[in-house]
Amino acid sequence: MADFETPALGEYPVIPLLREGVMAHSKPYVAKPDLQKPLGFPGELLPDWEKVAIAKLGELVSGSRALQVFLDACVKCGACTDKCHYYLGTADPKNMPVARQDLLRSVYRRYYTFAGKHFPKLVGARDMTKEVLDDWYSYFHQCSECRRCSVFCPYGIDTAEITMAARDIMDSVGLGQKYSNEIIGKVHKIGNNLGLPGPALRDTLDGLEEDVKDETGVDVRFPLDEKGAEVLLITPSADFFAEPHIDGLIGYAKVFHAAGISWTLSSHASEAANFSLFIGNHDNLQKVAERIREAAIDLGAKRIVVGECGHAWRVAYSFWNTLIGPFEFLDPRYPVPQHICELSYDLIQRGALRLDKSANDDKVVTFHDSCNVSRGSRMGDVPGGQFTIPRAIIRACVNKFVDMAPETIGEATFCCGGGGGLLTDDLVELRVKGALPRMQALQQVVDAHGVNYLAAICAICKSQFTKVLPYYKHPMDMIGSVHGLVSKAIQLGPKP
Amino acid sequence: MSALTIFYALLFYAATGILIFGVAAKCWVYARTPQPLKIPTPPAPTTRRGVVLRMLLEVTLFRTLFRSNKWIWLFGWMFHVALLVVLLRHLRYFTEPVWAWVALIQPFGLYAGFALLAGLAGLWARRVLVDRVRYISSPSDHLMLALLAAIAASGLAMKYLTHTDIVALKAFFLGLMAFQWQPLPADPLLLAHLALVAGLMIVFPLSKLLHAPGVFFSPSLNQVDDARERRHVAGWSAQINHPARGG
Repeated sequence: MADFETPALGEYPVIPLLREGVMAHSKPYVAKPDLQKPLGFPGELLPDWEKVAIAKLGELVSGSRALQVFLDACVKCGACTDKCHYYLGTADPKNMPVARQDLLRSVYRRYYTFAGKHFPKLVGARDMTKEVLDDWYSYFHQCSECRRCSVFCPYGIDTAEITMAARDIMDSVGLGQKYSNEIIGKVHKIGNNLGLPGPALRDTLDGLEEDVKDETGVDVRFPLDEKGAEVLLITPSADFFAEPHIDGLIGYAKVFHAAGISWTLSSHASEAANFSLFIGNHDNLQKVAERIREAAIDLGAKRIVVGECGHAWRVAYSFWNTLIGPFEFLDPRYPVPQHICELSYDLIQRGALRLDKSANDDKVVTFHDSCNVSRGSRMGDVPGGQFTIPRAIIRACVNKFVDMAPETIGEATFCCGGGGGLLTDDLVELRVKGALPRMQALQQVVDAHGVNYLAAICAICKSQFTKVLPYYKHPMDMIGSVHGLVSKAIQLGPKP
Repeated sequence: MSALTIFYALLFYAATGILIFGVAAKCWVYARTPQPLKIPTPPAPTTRRGVVLRMLLEVTLFRTLFRSNKWIWLFGWMFHVALLVVLLRHLRYFTEPVWAWVALIQPFGLYAGFALLAGLAGLWARRVLVDRVRYISSPSDHLMLALLAAIAASGLAMKYLTHTDIVALKAFFLGLMAFQWQPLPADPLLLAHLALVAGLMIVFPLSKLLHAPGVFFSPSLNQVDDARERRHVAGWSAQINHPARGG
């Protein structure tokens, strides 16, 4: 256990008073040269890094209307100041969204605006110094790019865009984050975040087939690299063996089985996650996404379905068409891509799945809206489908479901505290403290309704909660997959 | 023609030029800069019409701000609506004959003057009293409030304390617009009021006041949520070299 105190949960949420600098020590490990170079970044901090950073900043702003507008438009109204889970959990003022943006905005102003060039003190403009860079490294790794601030900003200013730009600039001068860059390197080299090679994946899937056979007596298949399968399933590699993720994968397989849909995984694209989003680097973002197009064409798949993974769904839903489209080779009758929840929901609506809710009667379930699904994408045909569809699936699988407080779910959901490339042990203090608002809301429904199961549809959320739930006196196995619930409820045998 | 009149005439030509060309130049930059990816902030509309409605609600009712913080909304909305009414009321100095609806709103313009000051006071109080907002405030944020408050106060002072020769003032502005300069009354309050207004016009395109045109260009607000249905490419995303497609 690290030497910090888990924040206490009060009777109701409070907005803390500022405590300057209390999280300045929080910094993730820096990427070594051998992790930087395969991603196209300098191995270590360049000697003329200031100049390179300033030039890169200008280049990024002139290529992004979002940055251009966001850096100009903020009026410092303060609406966002109490909306970030990291501010609420740490009280460090630099974790207020506007203050985090200002770390970069102050430099932008200094070099790229009239007021900042001539009256730096007046408008809070700062030179690009080592001190500023240190602040960037610390506080741009205390943002999970969850976009909650954007929902509450009258101009839609999205701190995630600013954090991504800052991380891209830091990578371009040779200051990368070990955790994310190591993982992106593994995807490029081996095909997934965990560095799990094809044969090992096949072994794992064989093991799952046996497990399901033992449990249900039914031959549920977990196909890999099967040409001609209708559906290519792209899922986070954590689904292959992490708990509770794996129950989700078993759930997807049972759904495909019950619906009679042929499907396959791909060893070439055995990973839905795309951590390049977190570091804001387009070249890597595109390259990692491209594998999926290649796999779909190679296997002759007609549909691409994405498993339970938050940021992967954002990349898939919002960016794939741009990055790796058009998908003229896929079946146009289905959305491209399709979320596993959309698929299961449609089947449930059509009565194609037999679900026995009583199989989950040991559970009182609540649902954690993952930030990238809630605020970076959609499901279904109408706005808000990303909130109603997973809940409809849960309600079809369990008898006891309650929602957490309305201001902590839906598009106002609180991040789990581990998103955006922060799910690493060198940031445990940040992760525990950042989970405070979610834990506060969870505690309420635990106390009021006896909730004992927190369902999620994001691999990062699941891993993060497994880690932080015990800090807040909950069992770590309280967190589970939505398709873990489906897996329990679904009836696979012949109709009675 | 007095030096004072010449100075103010030139000042207002310059300020108007800077305001119009400065804001136009910024809008040109915003419009020309590509937005390579789809990043609408949910719940986002799925149609263009929905986006227009969303934007209308944002700029007329400050819907998001209402959801975020009732106090900022109250003071901010009061200030902006009051400013609009006050500006419209001032049209009478620039039109001859005065349009009927401008004549009609004159009394409301007076109440609006006080509402404007009250709104500013509320916003300023938050900037000083709320520790989070105090932390994020630069000197320029306070100066902007001071500038607006001084404009409002000097305007109200001319109405309620020492009247100025508004007939001559109107002649001055109509003259400016027709490029036939007329003398400006040398009333200290009026001169202060006008100098501050010119100052506001000049800093507009150089400051956070750019939020006014900027909000319309914000991709998180103005994009349609249709990424799966329509392929969006711009800037670097339009330049992607697809190895698999030989392109």
